[in-house]
Amino acid sequence: MAATRAAIGLWRRLLALLGSLLGGLLVVPSARAVDLPENKGEALIHSYSGGGVKANGPAFLVRKSILDKVSLTGTYYLDAVSNASIDVVTTASPYKETRHEFGLSADYVYRDAQLTFGLMTSHEPDYVANTGSFDVTQEVFGGMTTIAFGFTRASDTVKKHNEPEFHDTADHWQYRLGATQILTPRWLVSANFEALSDEGYLASPYRVARVFGAAVPERTPRTRSGRAAKLRLVGDLGNRDAMHVEYRYFSDTWDIKAHTAEIGYSRYFGENWLADSFFRYYSQTHALFYSDNATSETTYVSRNRQLSTFNDMGLGGRVSYTVRRVPGRYDVKLNGSYEYTRFKFKDFTDLRDGSLYGYASSVIQVYLSATY
Amino acid sequence: MTARRTLAAAAALLGAALLGGCAMPTIPSIQPWVKPYERERLADPIMKLSRDAVPDKHFEHVRVVREAARGATGFQGGGCGCN
Repeated sequence: MAATRAAIGLWRRLLALLGSLLGGLLVVPSARAVDLPENKGEALIHSYSGGGVKANGPAFLVRKSILDKVSLTGTYYLDAVSNASIDVVTTASPYKETRHEFGLSADYVYRDAQLTFGLMTSHEPDYVANTGSFDVTQEVFGGMTTIAFGFTRASDTVKKHNEPEFHDTADHWQYRLGATQILTPRWLVSANFEALSDEGYLASPYRVARVFGAAVPERTPRTRSGRAAKLRLVGDLGNRDAMHVEYRYFSDTWDIKAHTAEIGYSRYFGENWLADSFFRYYSQTHALFYSDNATSETTYVSRNRQLSTFNDMGLGGRVSYTVRRVPGRYDVKLNGSYEYTRFKFKDFTDLRDGSLYGYASSVIQVYLSATY
Repeated sequence: MTARRTLAAAAALLGAALLGGCAMPTIPSIQPWVKPYERERLADPIMKLSRDAVPDKHFEHVRVVREAARGATGFQGGGCGCN
């Protein structure tokens, strides 16, 4: 709870500071009004493969405005997972399960502000997550600056296969604040900050840790607070092409520190083709209580490789083809995305041969998107 | 804490001064320097953080379940087991 109070306190201080600064920006009058998000449909087939895990399925989105004041969005997402990851093959048995996620959100615009209310529920046989969110974006300074802030609250129920008496919960809070600034007719910069707080069962009931070479159930703290800050620069390069560069820093009370950097380039080809490419680098340090094989007894111990020291590098791209376009009425695009990522772990070993673990993964997406 | 209070007080003073229309002698009034008719390129879909919500959310989901860092992406977060 202390972590939650700290996050709320920080959020209040940020809001107070933002309010003070906005007092200055709002003196510039604006006759503009923001538009509702356009009516849209998306139908996606996604596939992930890497480290012995395969996950695929369809996902859909439909958005429709009502009376030009409110826009409703419904989403459905399915993950059919077959898991034979390094953890599973060395300490348990491969398994298959399916996750269903339903989302409903409403956007409301008033003058230069857009308000978004969202609800989401995610169901797996052993994990249920319910999420509510509220976001506001407000254009100020003659539309040159967009301020955004939001809040997400999630409540999870954790269960365990073949052990009906196991039941626990986890609660999550996220507070975000961001600003996008037009710098020139060709360049935009945006800054985002987010405070995250988790409380409850934050481990996996299946994963085991190693202490003096022996397998023991992992013991993870029941609270965690994190901070993330991101800076992104986007520029039109003048030849129907654009680039972006971004950096994010993350740290949390488990002593994990992470850096994420990305650079991307996009370009139109002819009337109907748009191609995007990006390179992404990520690195993190391990959690205080992470150990590949602990050599002392401690209150908390985990061998969750997501909490270890590692880095990954990803190279990806997307191609969009406009199948049909009737200006002012509708357009339909066919899209394909691919990302290849290479993970290298620094203090997580493969128990089968004692070497440092690493793997490569691929993400494939094929989807139709339409505005109407 | 003192530094934070000083910063907050300075920001509040600046905001109040600008809101009240009293221009500070050392800080000139800043006007929007990119006019709406100059923002055509910025409105192009190629400049957007996210053009399609569902595929971008999928990429974000794949990253969140493998990496410890989260947040500040510009997308709304959501919960899932993924353990």
